[in-house]
Amino acid sequence: MEYTLFIMLLPVLMFLFLGLAGHKLRPAVAGILGCCSLGIVAILSYYAAWQYFSMPRVNGIYQPVTVFNFEWLHFTDKLHIDLGILLDPISVMMLVVISTVSLMVHIYSMGYMHGEKGFQRYYAFLSLFTFSMLGLVVATNIFQMYLFWELVGVSSYLLIGFYYSKPSAIAASKKAFIVTRFADLGFLIGILVFGYFVGSFNFETVGAGTGFGGAALLGDAARVMVPLALGLMFIGGAGKSAMFPLHIWLPDAMEGPTPVSALIHAATMVVAGVYLVARMFPLFIDYAPEVLHLIAYVGVFTAFFAAAIACVQTDIKRVLAFSTISQIAFMMVAVGVCTAATAHEGLGYMASMFHLFTHAMFKACLFLGAGAIIHAVHSNEMSHMGGLRKYMPITHITFLICCLSIAGIPPFSGFFSKDEILTACLEFSPVVYWIMSIIAGMTAFYMFRLYYGIFWGKEARHEHTPHEAPANMTVPLIVLAAITCVAGFIPFGHFVSSNGETYDIHLNTTVATISTCIAVVAILLATFMYRKAEQPVADMLGKKLRGLHTAAYHRFYIDEIYQFITHRIIFRCISTPIAWFDRHVVDGFFNFLAWSSQEGSWSIRNLQSGRVQQYAYAFFIGVIALVLILLFVVI
Amino acid sequence: MDYSQFLNMKEELSLMVVIAIVLLYDIIAGDKRKQTMTPVVIALMVFHTAFTLVPSQAYSIFGGMYTHTPMMSIVKAILNLGVIIVFLQADIWLRREDTKIRAGEFYELILCTLLGMYMMIGAGHFLMFYIGLETASIPMAALVAFDKYRHHSAEAGAKYILTAMFSSALLIFGLSLVYGSCGSLYFDDVTYTVFSGGPMAICALVLFISGMGFKLSLVPFHLWTADVYQGAPTNVTSYLSVISKGAAAFAFMTILVKAFPELVDQWQTALYILIVLSITIANLFAIRQQDLKRFMAFSSISQAGYIMLGVIGGNALGMTSLVYYVLVYIVANLAIFGVINIVEQRSGKLEFSDYNGFYQTNPKLTFIITLALFSLGGIPPFAGFFSKFFIFASAVEQGYVWLVFIALLNTIIALYYYLRLVKAMYILPNETPIATFRSDACTRVSLAICLIGIIGFGLVSAIYDCINAYSYGL
Repeated sequence: MEYTLFIMLLPVLMFLFLGLAGHKLRPAVAGILGCCSLGIVAILSYYAAWQYFSMPRVNGIYQPVTVFNFEWLHFTDKLHIDLGILLDPISVMMLVVISTVSLMVHIYSMGYMHGEKGFQRYYAFLSLFTFSMLGLVVATNIFQMYLFWELVGVSSYLLIGFYYSKPSAIAASKKAFIVTRFADLGFLIGILVFGYFVGSFNFETVGAGTGFGGAALLGDAARVMVPLALGLMFIGGAGKSAMFPLHIWLPDAMEGPTPVSALIHAATMVVAGVYLVARMFPLFIDYAPEVLHLIAYVGVFTAFFAAAIACVQTDIKRVLAFSTISQIAFMMVAVGVCTAATAHEGLGYMASMFHLFTHAMFKACLFLGAGAIIHAVHSNEMSHMGGLRKYMPITHITFLICCLSIAGIPPFSGFFSKDEILTACLEFSPVVYWIMSIIAGMTAFYMFRLYYGIFWGKEARHEHTPHEAPANMTVPLIVLAAITCVAGFIPFGHFVSSNGETYDIHLNTTVATISTCIAVVAILLATFMYRKAEQPVADMLGKKLRGLHTAAYHRFYIDEIYQFITHRIIFRCISTPIAWFDRHVVDGFFNFLAWSSQEGSWSIRNLQSGRVQQYAYAFFIGVIALVLILLFVVI
Repeated sequence: MDYSQFLNMKEELSLMVVIAIVLLYDIIAGDKRKQTMTPVVIALMVFHTAFTLVPSQAYSIFGGMYTHTPMMSIVKAILNLGVIIVFLQADIWLRREDTKIRAGEFYELILCTLLGMYMMIGAGHFLMFYIGLETASIPMAALVAFDKYRHHSAEAGAKYILTAMFSSALLIFGLSLVYGSCGSLYFDDVTYTVFSGGPMAICALVLFISGMGFKLSLVPFHLWTADVYQGAPTNVTSYLSVISKGAAAFAFMTILVKAFPELVDQWQTALYILIVLSITIANLFAIRQQDLKRFMAFSSISQAGYIMLGVIGGNALGMTSLVYYVLVYIVANLAIFGVINIVEQRSGKLEFSDYNGFYQTNPKLTFIITLALFSLGGIPPFAGFFSKFFIFASAVEQGYVWLVFIALLNTIIALYYYLRLVKAMYILPNETPIATFRSDACTRVSLAICLIGIIGFGLVSAIYDCINAYSYGL
């Protein structure tokens, strides 16, 4: 399966080509080149997936395949950093997700970014991102994952700040980079601790790829330190996946072009944290189940917190951003509630990956739909929309399908994956189950608030009549919506499960009924409140709960708290003294060095007179001095 | 005597064949044929280098008079590489009207000094070593005075020969003390078990060090350097600054390790002092230089101090880092001299201030000098960073923490004056900058080789590993 190397190589070559020579191409040519390369990547990924999953199972498990592994840095025989490609069920699944969404976004961007300045640069960055993300998922070891993890961060930074003349975009890109970078510090320390105590970075040798075992590898000290290392790694994952309290960058990241939000901040990069936890799952389950449950609790809180904020936001991309945070938290919860690696106790693992898959499709579709709407009305604000269903029928239908899916209405894909998550939660603890069910209801509510706000309700006045997006934008919407319709029926447990064995998904009827009922009730509530042009109930509620409403609208002031901590405490109490030390002591030392060299240089200039006799004297004096020193001073 | 032992000296023999061919070619070929002298010599040198690199065993012949180790082959090959680059750069100078008729002599003299250096490196006996040293020194004086009708060149030649005589006299006095105290001049027999640390032994050691210090231009034996570097033709200066220094450093290390292991404390102390003086004082002088060749002279003195950091440890890692340092130093320094030379040939300008605004007219050459200066200054990811790193590492391994600290402080000063040139080229304005010109093909090739070295030698770890595989120490 050596051809998988091309899955990696094509995007990076395209990045180099478009980055270096793009400005000489016509924009359309650059776009078509980008789409073609991604098309080939997608085909190769599908073929790899088909080939991988049609390989015979050994002991009922799909064996991981290391297609290719190259030793890059050698520390000890056990500890070395490799670069390679590891195919196993989850990485193959991710290949499919990334290449599909990325291809759709590439095609969509042809329409959306049409006529933008720096079109070629945009495609170069998209290719870079795709390359980094693919490299991340096929990593054979934790360090390679970290390398690509950072590359993903860089490409996200570049793309959020794509409109670099816009101050808010610059601020957002910096914020995203700094926050995730800060979290990655935890990841790096975790990796180093892990490497030190376990003595390997490799997934297969530490037993994380397959290794449902590997306990014998670890000594006593490692048993204590590995949970710590895994916890630190999770901090990195929490940063990328926008878990509370590191979520603050994601809403601001919406300053980037909307297709970028669809690709990076909805479908692929932000789930890297979930993927990381899933990658390290065997270790988590064997050595650090308590850390795993901590992840679940963080997830529950984040899911609720983000859902609450999403209910009152008015910028449609912000609503989707908070919804993304909430949905990723669902995935985190699902992995976190696993209690053992067996198929049944590890149901959450499968559910999480399943939800990752379905969510990537419908959330990308929602974002692309939002992009089409923004493209039509030139605004992000819900108040500038309303009644758009007449003007944009395709966008409307696809958006509705995805809303139903995320709300958990059968037979759309979101229903199936969310149902598995809730079932897994129920196995873990009824309390978590009920909280998650209510959050699922909130999801349905705010998504339909969004839906009605855009497509129904009071029609805003437009300067020119909004019209449906061009075909290269609607086709990706249709494709993604179609996948959303059918993806739920994929027997996902056959491909991915916590211990690799086939797991038959069977719906838990109680859970399914309850969650569907909650979703329907929430949708009806949203219909009642927001469908009409006048929204008396919503207004009244907003007035009655003014304090809560304002707090949620301001995202519970988390950004302000960050501001306070960084500006007031860190900058003033730590940075200022350090800056003073740097300016006066460190710089002073170097200034002294410069000054003394200048002075010294002046004072010795007469030594170099140009007279040979004097040179000989100096030579001879040097000899005598050395002899005297050696004879009398030192010995 | 078994004459077949001569066959073991394959590198020396091959070099002598090269010299003979060049000499004959110079005599036989007509004026027209002499146009193709450079390619012929280069081709011969490439063959010779390839022959040098043929794997060989360590051996000792003529009763220990002459020795060979695989490491020496590597060192000789590195010197050959430097000589090839110097020849490439000299081509344009040797086509000038006044030097054209003497082109052959230039090659022969340089190759003779190279032969002397081979003998210095391979010597197993102090007299053998001394003969090698003189073989390397005397033709050098002729080379320094090559442009004898130019005032500075003649003066530099005179200064060089006088100082060289002086240092040779002291050196041979030292050798006579060695003989007096040990009764032998074979490195293996020179042991100071009886006289260990006695005044005579120490005088012998110091006089030997001073002789090498002259070759390497370590402070305070360096005073000739700036005048000679400035006065000599640029190509000779570049040869003097890298090749002769590299050979001397390696010979210095092998002799200290082989002949004076008993006096290790003494020579380490002496080197400690010389290193601190060389690096610091040369840096202080370099700051104020206005003439580029003088500037490079002081830079090379301070670089020699760094090279000595590899010697002071006397261990295998030190030898590896020394050879590696020399290799990296050769390409970086020759890159700068290559540009200085072509600029001098095309415009006659040598002053620091002439280079103001050089970037505006010759961006590519500026770029090459910049990378070479970065490499000399030890900025990653260029090779100079790695070579400095390894040489510091080898010194720290021997416990010379403070010495390395002083050396590190001096790298900051060195960076200042290296960057001063960069600043002059990129930022400072100039009303009459050096005009745009095209370099000749030979210079281009030589600069390309240097550029590959500056970037590649650091990144390709195989080179360092290869050197490391053959190194040895106390």
